[in-house]
Amino acid sequence: MASLLSRFCRKLALPGSAHGSRMTSSTACGSETVKSLNLYSAINQALHIALETDPRSYVFGEDVGFGGVFRCTTGLAERFGKNRVFNTPLCEQGIVGFGIGLAAMGNRAVVEIQFADYIYPAFDQIVNEAAKFRYRSGNQFNCGGLTIRAPYGAVGHGGHYHSQSPEAFFCHVPGIKVVIPRSPREAKGLLLSSIRDPNPVVFFEPKWLYRQAVEEVPEHDYMIPLSQAEIIREGSDITLVGWGAQLTVMEQACLDAEKEGISCELIDLKTLLPWDKETVEASVKKTGRLLISHEAPITGGFGAEISATILERCFLKLEAPVSRVCGLDTPFPLVFEPFYMPTKNKILDAIKSTVNY
Amino acid sequence: MALSRLSSRSTTLLQPLATTSLLRRRHISTDTTPITVETSLPFTSHLISPPSRAVETSSQELISFFRDMALMRRMEIAADSLYKAKLIRGFCHLYDGQEAVAIGMEAAITKRDAIITSYRDHCTFLGRGGGLFEAFSELMGRTTGCSKGKGGSMHFYKKDASFYGGHGIVGAQAPLGCGLAFAQKYSKEEAVTFTLYGDGAANQGQLFEALNIAALWDLPAVLVCENNHYGMGTAEWRSAKSPAYFKRGDYVPGLKVDGMDALAVKQACKFAKEHALKNGPIILEMDTYRYHGHSMSDPGSTYRTRDEISGVRQVRDPIDRVRKLIIAHDIATEKELKDMEKEVRKEVDAAVAQAKESPIPEPSELFSNIYVKGFGAESFGADRKELRATLP
Repeated sequence: MASLLSRFCRKLALPGSAHGSRMTSSTACGSETVKSLNLYSAINQALHIALETDPRSYVFGEDVGFGGVFRCTTGLAERFGKNRVFNTPLCEQGIVGFGIGLAAMGNRAVVEIQFADYIYPAFDQIVNEAAKFRYRSGNQFNCGGLTIRAPYGAVGHGGHYHSQSPEAFFCHVPGIKVVIPRSPREAKGLLLSSIRDPNPVVFFEPKWLYRQAVEEVPEHDYMIPLSQAEIIREGSDITLVGWGAQLTVMEQACLDAEKEGISCELIDLKTLLPWDKETVEASVKKTGRLLISHEAPITGGFGAEISATILERCFLKLEAPVSRVCGLDTPFPLVFEPFYMPTKNKILDAIKSTVNY
Repeated sequence: MALSRLSSRSTTLLQPLATTSLLRRRHISTDTTPITVETSLPFTSHLISPPSRAVETSSQELISFFRDMALMRRMEIAADSLYKAKLIRGFCHLYDGQEAVAIGMEAAITKRDAIITSYRDHCTFLGRGGGLFEAFSELMGRTTGCSKGKGGSMHFYKKDASFYGGHGIVGAQAPLGCGLAFAQKYSKEEAVTFTLYGDGAANQGQLFEALNIAALWDLPAVLVCENNHYGMGTAEWRSAKSPAYFKRGDYVPGLKVDGMDALAVKQACKFAKEHALKNGPIILEMDTYRYHGHSMSDPGSTYRTRDEISGVRQVRDPIDRVRKLIIAHDIATEKELKDMEKEVRKEVDAAVAQAKESPIPEPSELFSNIYVKGFGAESFGADRKELRATLP
């Protein structure tokens, strides 16, 4: 988790043990070799391993051949050949539909959508085809081998069409899974789990962290289980839930809150659909307060689902209304990005106001 | 009046028959007597007879071509420096090398004909009569920009010149353009819509949907494929089974045009407009080239060689072609043209300086124009209790 702070420390890799009061990831094992990697290299490693371990897996999308716009697919075409790693024409609907077909024949199709903002032409294929294939064929067919990867989220200057967080649209579709990693180590494990999961998965990668986050990543093949949230910081006064790049901002707010005597518990959901209700419920029953933060606009964002569910399960234990600190209800703006984003101060303020309710 | 034949590759040009001596001509000719020039390459066509290679132009037109293209070129280069100086943020897609398409098209149409294009729209905006100051302001996100600073590089618009922008999503403008054409036909305006898209967008499903609808309902739509041969990093031969984009319309006639020759573009657009008004859609494939990469984040050299880029610059550059024409017809001297370029440079620098001084939009603009009257979006500052406000 120290990697997340590296965003504020100019890409230095911080030693893993520098920050205490944190549960270590359950995948760490004693004697593995680790390497300091950034997010795109970790994803690249995961893709290399995925293609190596299953000869019937393929990686394709726009411009992936030369390594992709974010270098996530570097070296794959050279190593595995143009029959397994190839460029597609510019047609998201066609690419995802094609991936569904490949997966329906028992292959693992790892599709790249260049930016999550461009995923909408493929929305019909994902919602109406991928999500319902197994269901409507009575389990005769399925496209579980499909994994769709897309960079999402703000990057500082992305504007309307290079910054969107569309996860809420996909969380509304039973039949697919939605996974969002927070760091390089998580990304590698979660991506391998997603690729090997027997259900179609939409995997959003926080593009802001592609170069900024650096972490010690084990070099071997490891998987992090889906639908298991992780408590990355223990506390007793308020539970904070988030995912992806937003966790870095939330962690900063937690540190500031601690200085004011508020003990915050921070949970990384990791998988948004199906999400780990039990972990969040147990935490809120302990603290009595909940704050959710995401970059996507607040109305109809995934925070609303978490809030409603926790309310149902923990009503009598809640000390304050569930707080949501999210993007504003506007299109993702150009010059107004700093104003739109759920910043550390907005979160800190919401923490204080919830605790003092 | 001289009939001259120009080849893009020849270094010796045939001199016009009636030469005016240098002593007699005092200033740059603004003559409007017609000059006929042949395009460098013949038109290739699909399902239609191509227009003639002989294009009518005039000294005044050639000079304006030169000046406007030089202005566009200089603007794009200035945008490059501004981007590197981080005054322009976000994404910036430059059009240098492709100016002839914007210029030739404008020469053939009126401001009542609509143009809609993709994100590579700075020069198209200028061609539609947009000002340098508005362009630079918009690029830098200032209120004085054409979209009030809320659009940025990819979203330039100009309503009074029927310029419908500026679209970030590849290919999304194709069905929109056909919709515009439908509206024009419905209101019997005798105007057409030019829908521009690239070779990458040519593989989008929505393009074929748009073509089918346009052909079915005989819409006055001219679909222009600006084929610069690279869909970002992917060469056309690697992304299209049939890179003959002018034939892709199948039942829709098409014309392939040398997009680096402003006069050929003008002829083709004139022809296309007449066709679209009478017979429905037509596809124009402009064979053009961009010197910069796809955007400022793309060096443009990982998927093509520098030799290729400099080769095109030497042999096919649109501004140089017009320059040679002007000199051959004795409309202006080389020095006068260079002076014109210097003037253009000063104009661009002045616009940049002025734009740099312009203000950034008010924070309340974040919430304006989402709906007509807004719907009370909430916002709060760091202290929720005090600064909470319901904005319009």
